[in-house]
Amino acid sequence: MSTDFRRWADGWNPTSDEEQSSTPVDYHLALSRRQFIETLGAGLVLTVWAGPAVAQRRGTRGGFGRVRSIAARLHLGADGTVTVLSGKVEMGQGARAELTQAAAEELRLPADRVVMVLGDTGLVPDDGITAGSRTTPSTVPAVREAAAAARQLLVQWAARQWGVQPDRLEVRDGRIFEPGTARSLAYADLAKNAAAVKTLDAPVPPNVTLTPVSQWKVMGTSLARPNLRDLVTGAHKFPSDLTRPGMLYGKVLRPPAYGARLVSIDLAPARALGDVVVVRDGDLVGVAAPTTHRARQALELLSRSAVWEETAQPSSREIFEYLRRHARGGAPKNPFAQELGQARKVLRATYHVAYVQHAPLETRAALAEWNGGKLTVWAGTQNPFGYRNELARALGVPAEDVRVVVPDFGSGFGGKHTGEAAVEAARLARAAGRPVLVHWTRAEEFTWAYFRPAAVIDIEASLDAQNALSSWFFVNINSGPAAIETPYRAGKARSQFVSSESPLRQGSYRALAATANNFAREAFMDELAAAAGADPLDFRLAHLDSPRLRAVLEEAAKRFGWREKVKRKEPDVGVGLACGTEKGSYVAACVEIALDRPADRIAVRRVCQVFECGAILNPENLRSQVEGCILMGLGPALREEMVFDKGRMRSAGFERYRVPRFSDVPAEMDIHLLNRPDLPSAGGGETPIIAIAPAIANAVYHATGQRVRAMPIRIPRTAKAELQPGVIA
Amino acid sequence: MEATITFSVNGRPAAVTTDPDRPLLEVLREDLGLTGTKCGCGEGRCGACTVLVAGKSTHACITPVGKVAGQEVLTIEGLATGGKLHPVQEAFLAVGAVQCGYCTPGMIMGLVGLLRQRPHPTDEEVLAAMEGHICRCCGYAKLLRAVRRAVQSQGVAS
Repeated sequence: MSTDFRRWADGWNPTSDEEQSSTPVDYHLALSRRQFIETLGAGLVLTVWAGPAVAQRRGTRGGFGRVRSIAARLHLGADGTVTVLSGKVEMGQGARAELTQAAAEELRLPADRVVMVLGDTGLVPDDGITAGSRTTPSTVPAVREAAAAARQLLVQWAARQWGVQPDRLEVRDGRIFEPGTARSLAYADLAKNAAAVKTLDAPVPPNVTLTPVSQWKVMGTSLARPNLRDLVTGAHKFPSDLTRPGMLYGKVLRPPAYGARLVSIDLAPARALGDVVVVRDGDLVGVAAPTTHRARQALELLSRSAVWEETAQPSSREIFEYLRRHARGGAPKNPFAQELGQARKVLRATYHVAYVQHAPLETRAALAEWNGGKLTVWAGTQNPFGYRNELARALGVPAEDVRVVVPDFGSGFGGKHTGEAAVEAARLARAAGRPVLVHWTRAEEFTWAYFRPAAVIDIEASLDAQNALSSWFFVNINSGPAAIETPYRAGKARSQFVSSESPLRQGSYRALAATANNFAREAFMDELAAAAGADPLDFRLAHLDSPRLRAVLEEAAKRFGWREKVKRKEPDVGVGLACGTEKGSYVAACVEIALDRPADRIAVRRVCQVFECGAILNPENLRSQVEGCILMGLGPALREEMVFDKGRMRSAGFERYRVPRFSDVPAEMDIHLLNRPDLPSAGGGETPIIAIAPAIANAVYHATGQRVRAMPIRIPRTAKAELQPGVIA
Repeated sequence: MEATITFSVNGRPAAVTTDPDRPLLEVLREDLGLTGTKCGCGEGRCGACTVLVAGKSTHACITPVGKVAGQEVLTIEGLATGGKLHPVQEAFLAVGAVQCGYCTPGMIMGLVGLLRQRPHPTDEEVLAAMEGHICRCCGYAKLLRAVRRAVQSQGVAS
């Protein structure tokens, strides 16, 4: 497998979507206590501060988040709260609730007495980037282990005070007590006792006993997001809402097209505005002004005089040929000549997937403030520690002089791993000598944020005399290897990712290439089923060994009524199914669609999806993730694509780039979460997105008898049944 | 050219001396510190900036502040009265119809605006009004539950 990272967004490695944390750096807290409390904001003060104990242990890759001491993970409050620290962030996926549950469960403390501090590099351990569905399998256990260890140490300490065996003591409601006696000690009492607190300077011991699933009281319940009320009142401060004394609003001059280089510019007219700081710092031309409006006016003056030199750039209409032509080492050849020669039938097809944007509703936002040579940045990012290191590199300051604080922000979907806005804000702030907030416009986010990569996928497979898969050869050009291996049994199988030269900046996305790979594979499995004269469900089951994948597929088919529905023939109505596995979780979807030919629209009328990710930590949060994945997935499945022409993004706004809205919600959504308390919990925020698009493609075939081999999926109009995305109709 | 514009925000008088072409959204957020109203697109296509102007749902991002002179503006911050949430806020809270929450204030204000105009809207009217609101987390299933609950509670309240 070959990869090339030149065109991938910084810090992101397409070969391993979950291993994304930056180079670990030892970190020592450089902030005074006063600064630290101030930055925490109103209503939250760490009542016990472990001082040097908070100094960071080396970050571990993959978000395992092992801490040097229990005190680096949690602090007892004299008010009865326990503050828990994690390097994960909250962007709507539910980390705040699930980590709160993890701590509350093991501390035997009501969840409303857990105060969760997330994503502040000055305070929290490096739990790795919030991506790759790693919070559930990595950080939840790390928090549980620290909390359980804390409880056990405090029980031992109390037992020593009372001269009893620790196993005589119980903990409930944040209080240690000896049953049958009046003796008890609350965590709040222990917080005031230096000796008790000192026991938490110990490391988390190996093999800490965790609460078994059968005894969960807080985990496994639908704890609501702890700061939910602030979100419905507007009180919560998102990164783009923050202000600092003397703060200016920053804007950066953008090139008119990808690859354009600034030749000359006249800064004088913008400077003549008087109240605007105009900055030219190497490749950066920007402004900082007392209001966004003023900054926009100044930028407009700058852009009038800017002279750009453009370079040749490919356009979306030719993108798939371009990616194939630039495949590193060329497209590999099918090594299974013998199987192909002996096959009863050989099928081959090519699938295309367009570039799409994450389009988080809160665009990139960062507020930068310099204090001496030290920098604090408040920003929306999934990667606080990587962001800090990126800022340090970009600005030429030591990482320990940079602090990144991540308030709960307005969604990410894998799109907020990189620190562009923060670097811009920091450079403008340094030049202006005042704090600067940079909040990208929607057009900037659509144009200059990295994209989910476009894909060209070639598949060739053979069926033997018994209509069994005798060979499977799968090549993904450009979009990545996530979920590239087929879960279906085949005599010979090879799946390969080949990198290419992406003309657009590309990077991570919710489930990333798993969507493209599963789309192509599941659509092709339907083609093979038809070639074998088999029902798509039967053909899959005949080749499927994984009991977990079989379970979700069979359950979805049963709930949907697949056997009856697939027999029905109604003009322009079709049903389709698809399944898949990624990151340790399993999904299957059945859909019913109707073609609205006059409106050129595919309406998804019914979705039945079954999802299984081990023991469920928070059913309602998981349901939100699964529902959100299905509906978000409808976008790239049916409409979303970035159309670009000579380096200019032609659909860089919500008018031309249509994301799912209320009218896209299917009339019937039957979501079934298959709980497996006997299995470890896997993350559930990504995999539920991978089945919807191929299920729709297969339903279009059922409705029309014509195959669609591209995302977005369009109603087939020609006998060839294949329309290219990227063509401006 | 600056002008002094007076209007009311959440029941209190406001006076700003500024360029009347500035978007109301930016005046609310930057001059008046009311950051509950969000900027999602700046072009009136996502609904995150929805406020009520004279009781009607309005995109604050494409409304020049000069246009609201003398008018009453209601933002998410002014919706709860005396610490008591508005029934629409209660419905969102009860259903947990929030993922990242960035669209939430605009969604709530859009629905409040609809209910002020049409206290007993049909399903079609509700959907037509909400179509202008984007939730990128695509939490539409729970949002629909919250919206229906809010519409019902409004019926009971009025």
